[in-house]
Amino acid sequence: MSISGEKKSAMIDLSGVAKSFVLHNQGGAVIPVMAGAGLRVAPGECVALTGASGAGKSTLMRMIYGNYRANAGRILVGGTDVARAEPRDIIALRREVLGYVSQFLRVVPRVPTLDVVAEPLLALGVDEEKARVRAAELLARLNIPERLWSLSPTTFSGGEQQRVNIARGFAHDYPALLLDEPTASLDPVNRAVVLELIEAAKARGAAIVGIFHDDAARARVCDREADVSAFTPQAAA
Amino acid sequence: MTPLLQVRGIEKRYGARIGCADVDFDLYPGEVMGIVGESGSGKSTLLNCLAGHLKPDAGQVIFDTRADGPVDTVTMSEPARRMLGRTDWAFVHQHARDGLRMNVSAGGNIGERLMAVGARHYGDIRARAVDWLDRVEIAENRVDDRPSAFSGGMQQRLQIARNLVTEPRLVFMDEPTGGLDVSVQARLLDLLRGLVRQMGLSALIVTHDLAVVRLLADRLMVMKDGHVVESGLTDQVLDDPQHAYTQLLVSSVLQV
Repeated sequence: MSISGEKKSAMIDLSGVAKSFVLHNQGGAVIPVMAGAGLRVAPGECVALTGASGAGKSTLMRMIYGNYRANAGRILVGGTDVARAEPRDIIALRREVLGYVSQFLRVVPRVPTLDVVAEPLLALGVDEEKARVRAAELLARLNIPERLWSLSPTTFSGGEQQRVNIARGFAHDYPALLLDEPTASLDPVNRAVVLELIEAAKARGAAIVGIFHDDAARARVCDREADVSAFTPQAAA
Repeated sequence: MTPLLQVRGIEKRYGARIGCADVDFDLYPGEVMGIVGESGSGKSTLLNCLAGHLKPDAGQVIFDTRADGPVDTVTMSEPARRMLGRTDWAFVHQHARDGLRMNVSAGGNIGERLMAVGARHYGDIRARAVDWLDRVEIAENRVDDRPSAFSGGMQQRLQIARNLVTEPRLVFMDEPTGGLDVSVQARLLDLLRGLVRQMGLSALIVTHDLAVVRLLADRLMVMKDGHVVESGLTDQVLDDPQHAYTQLLVSSVLQV
């Protein structure tokens, strides 16, 4: 493998990534969903994953995050190969380097919104007061009314939950970020705030991989597109 | 980094029947590992072997002690193992009454564990007991009440306070949220998460509740018929299960 300067400069670097699902309880059916996937994202760059629904955008993103297992290939994030790393190394990577804004908010019920957003910072050992100040700043910026901060987000509307999720994902300045439809279900004002947050993250050098169904948003924040249909395995005859 | 716990080839048989077998894993400081499986899968047998409540028929449970570094706790002397159980180890039972003394006050339940490691000053012991009641959200004015007057959720929180007051490094938990109302479970989960983070605890949590491990555990081990069939990052095992049994387990719950 080459260790040229260019190679070293990618924050996220995938090559030869393959994935198939084996459905043991459906007769052991093997479903190949991806082969030969490659992607390189430099610091400060935002790359959009594109392709029709079912082409594997979310699958590829989950393999980068490590909650889907890759069957082959390398998935380097900040030098850690997520496809091979021990759980504790992936946990450390997610704490310090790799952020993920999914479409679903998964939290312990009854925990106040402010604490939900501050949690990634507390996990990093940031002082509680500082973490809450940062959380409050993000919630205010994303127009979550202050009277809701002490309540659990589990009862919030879809759009509010999405904004809490975004606040949580941007609480720490991750060097690498995965965004799964970050502007879905947002009104124009909040959509604009999220796009500003993404631009600010790029400006400080974050490498971002995103899925955007919102064409205008994609055009505004993404530097290029990677069509995952190119990684669809040849259908067996 | 030295693992806090190194488990090698643990096996326990009940006559010809396998309780658990061939269990190997490392647990690092600050890690929380869930052990899931249906009843009879061997998960509680394993936990009891690891915690020194059952003697395994084979294998090693090597704990990184403060004084002497890694020591096999299976072959260590009974007094040494008991001392570990009062200091660096803690065990949270599913039924709080198994881990509490029901005819001793709440404060006494916490103080007892402190006295077992040499605390003697009444004022200090009471102050620490009150501090821990506060940390587990039990009002100070309940310090002299017996746990039999507490709700199930309060009893469980008291059991946690009693266990954590000596600042252990490893906590074994057997279905810690089992038998509690869903809303009480949530509060307990939040409490446990906070304590794990603040104290840098390592924990092994046996449960059949996949939603609990999703929120609490970094890593997951799936057991069936006494054997570990799959292990890995919690969200990876739940979102992309590889083994037939895990796929069945995950697809059988409504939502995790």
